[in-house]
Amino acid sequence: MKDGIGAPVKRKEDKRFTTGKGKYTDDIRNDNQAYAAFVRSPYAHARVKGIDTSAALAMEGVIDVLNGQQLTGDGIGNIICGWAITSKDGSPMNMGAWSALATEKVRYVGDAVAVVIAESQALARIAAEAVEVDYEELPVAANITAAMADGAPQIHDNAPGNQIYDWELGDEAATDAGLAEAAHVTTLNITNNRLSPNPMEPRSAVATYDDAEDHYTLYTTSQNPHVARLVLSAFYNVAPEHKLRVIAPDVGGGFGAKIYIYPEEITCLWASMKTNRSIKWTSDRSEAFLTDAHGRDHITTAKMGFDKDGKITGFKIDTLANIGAYMSLFSSSVPTYLYAPLMSGQYNIQNIHCNVRTYYTNTVPVDAYRGAGRPEATYLVERMMETAAREMGMDPAELRRRNFVQEFPHQTPVLMQYDSGDFPKILQMAQDAADIAGFEARKAEAAKRGKLRGLGYSTFIEACGLAPSKAAGSLGAGVGLWESAEVRVNPVGSIEILTGSHSHGQGHETTFAQIVADRFGLPVENVSIVHGDTDKVQFGMGTYGSRSGPVGMSAVVKAMDKVEAKVKKIAAHTLEASEDDIVIEGGEVKVSGTDKSMAWHEVGLAAYVAHNLPDDMEPGLKETAFFDPVNFSFPSGAFICEVEVDPDTGQTEIVNFTSADDFGTIINPMIVEGQVHGGVTQGIGQAMLEQVVYDEDGQLLNGSYMDYAMPRAADVPSYSISHHEDSPSPNNPLGVKGCGEAGAIGAPPAVINAITDAIGTNDLAMPATPQAVWNAIQAAK
Amino acid sequence: MTNIKMTVNGKSVSGEVPDETLLSEFLRENLRLTGTHVGCDTSQCGACVVHVNGKALKACTTLAASLEGAEVTTIEGLANGGELHPMQQAFNDNHGLQCGFCTPGMIMTSVDMVNRYKAEGKELTEEAIRDELEGNICRCTGYHNIVKSVEDAAAKM
Ligand code: FES
Ligand code: FES
Repeated sequence: MKDGIGAPVKRKEDKRFTTGKGKYTDDIRNDNQAYAAFVRSPYAHARVKGIDTSAALAMEGVIDVLNGQQLTGDGIGNIICGWAITSKDGSPMNMGAWSALATEKVRYVGDAVAVVIAESQALARIAAEAVEVDYEELPVAANITAAMADGAPQIHDNAPGNQIYDWELGDEAATDAGLAEAAHVTTLNITNNRLSPNPMEPRSAVATYDDAEDHYTLYTTSQNPHVARLVLSAFYNVAPEHKLRVIAPDVGGGFGAKIYIYPEEITCLWASMKTNRSIKWTSDRSEAFLTDAHGRDHITTAKMGFDKDGKITGFKIDTLANIGAYMSLFSSSVPTYLYAPLMSGQYNIQNIHCNVRTYYTNTVPVDAYRGAGRPEATYLVERMMETAAREMGMDPAELRRRNFVQEFPHQTPVLMQYDSGDFPKILQMAQDAADIAGFEARKAEAAKRGKLRGLGYSTFIEACGLAPSKAAGSLGAGVGLWESAEVRVNPVGSIEILTGSHSHGQGHETTFAQIVADRFGLPVENVSIVHGDTDKVQFGMGTYGSRSGPVGMSAVVKAMDKVEAKVKKIAAHTLEASEDDIVIEGGEVKVSGTDKSMAWHEVGLAAYVAHNLPDDMEPGLKETAFFDPVNFSFPSGAFICEVEVDPDTGQTEIVNFTSADDFGTIINPMIVEGQVHGGVTQGIGQAMLEQVVYDEDGQLLNGSYMDYAMPRAADVPSYSISHHEDSPSPNNPLGVKGCGEAGAIGAPPAVINAITDAIGTNDLAMPATPQAVWNAIQAAK
Repeated sequence: MTNIKMTVNGKSVSGEVPDETLLSEFLRENLRLTGTHVGCDTSQCGACVVHVNGKALKACTTLAASLEGAEVTTIEGLANGGELHPMQQAFNDNHGLQCGFCTPGMIMTSVDMVNRYKAEGKELTEEAIRDELEGNICRCTGYHNIVKSVEDAAAKM
């Protein structure tokens, strides 16, 4: 059907964005609006000895200055990490206390110690500068190496040696044996560079307390407003859930950074009660670099063994991960359960062991950023495969083929059961699209121009559709990861879908409408999507981990099943036919094999006027469903990157980037391709441009777009994309696998494999800036 | 405080604002035209681009007081009544936006780009579009479909 599953329907939400009518949090202004500015630590580690607010309070237009003692004194709880990881010796992780406003110590540059509330944003900021904080500087550990060192400064008292946990997955003895019997062992020492997610809309919050109702309303830039309300209520004691409404209106990108509940939202809510004013805070970009959770930041040593035929005999990984100064909401799960279970890649590996140790450092917290753990795993696995192929003198595509998982379901030694896929096929699709056969000629032609041309692969798998609640719970998750939906058929037959998924660029207003249009044969215009408001939507776990398709849409399908059953009952009753003979088609409800039918809207009306319903039937036509997946979904892909390097300058150009993806069923190919474009661009950003740099004193050196290199239009090519749709996920009704993270997961190793192929050395770290590439060329000479 | 008067989207507007008021603040706070976005504080991202006297300008780095008498067009003033500007339509047709936050600035920059190339009779190649977008950052789309949108609109403008 025209607007159904698989159609490139243009986005219904675009008009408000292209005409400037989007409603983002900072666009909201209440009648009694006041503004917050935070007093932030200029030191990475210091004791707070005193806060003198007198000068700020004396300024005209300043309403109040509030501090952490007052906040904790009012019973506001500490910020928590919601995923409990157990160390291999059985001990629980060492979670240090994190107060929204620091009380005794500050632990990173940007840690908030007080908040100024004033009549304008400008005034609040000026007054924040006038707050005098007496700090006693402490020694700093600004990176993993410093945090692990003997005599390192102790960042949290309950985390000796700054270690949070020492965790493992897999069978170490079997893996050692596998490596011992290998004909060839490849060893890699690699870092995964620290990144700042940088959604273009900075974080923002508008919090309003209603003293007559003792009720709070929070507008905020969140990917998961219900989770925000749950945590604000259950852990931070801001207000009970029925007294707190959280709305995430239009949100300008998330990429993980807007999953978490940050100190600023908590503080604004509390301050609105303290001052009885609506409080607004909007981050500027500098503040975003200082305070938005960062991503990645691993140091890893790994070994992979191969037999004489190139079959993998064992894979052993030792990773150090930086958590930052505090444990953010999902921080503990990223380098563990979102990382180690991906180490089998697309390959049949019998023996894997992964050891992960995480550390506090005096830097902003590190948590999930697009891909979350899976890019770090994929970068390791795919650089390993390419490097090993080079060391063994094999074609890297052939080495991969020899090790591909061919049969499904496939149980890996690291928890995952792959359910579907066709890895040889997607590799072949990518190779055909990238014209591998013509590469040598292109390389020779480039050489004539003095350029080094290189080719790199990445064949990767993801675990998406987060997540089966029972499995997540058994691994330490503090929440379930199902999704909910309500399908409301109105008396006139139009439909509203209330979903717990949140769209901040993904296009749900279009794709969710498509699955409904497809099912009932209605135009997409007759379907609208309601999301992002805890007062409207029953509940929801939000959008991250490529879960809106596999989990969020599945809940909609389940609710539609119930609607369909009721529609058939009503039609059968009205048309005096058997329920089994009723079919819904093209907006009509028919008795098959006859000319008897009702229009879709007539059934809606019949349900609500209730003059002639079956005796035992309740009036109305709306149904709710919760969907909990039985497994993760496993999107996979093959990326091929082709680059040209100028050996005199190290300047690298991506000349071709080809992706062949298996996302299962595709609802809207236009939107899916857009997700791949964006994800790959972020992956190229990680590979070639981006890296957060702290100096050894914990000062952030590149906290603006002058210094932090975001991918711009001229840094990336146009992309060639194809899809394999013949291996739908067997674990959800639509067969979708999720597409939001593939690009960011698969691209970095493809890019680095291509550059290292061009320059003839494997020794190159991300980001491969011209200087880094030039240095690598010189070092290899 | 300064008294300023200018024309915004065809209407004459005025206001008394602190001298240091940026055009982006004047538009967003005084006129409540919130389609002009602010994505950075170093004049790097282009989310704030508007047209002043027919040329693209970053509203976040322009003092409102310096624009006495100017003609300003924001994203809200680009469509001709109910009819979208070809650039707005092209962004929709080619999926040139995801979260929409960079979009107003992208569209205003792109309209100016196409106008300049047409006026100078220069060919707007993919490479030229990518270079011209140097001052606009998008974190969502990877630029692929933005480039297609601009190419599409250029053919129709
Ligand atoms: S807000 Fe003007 S350039 Fe970023
Ligand atoms: S569409 Fe989100 S930043 Fe461009």
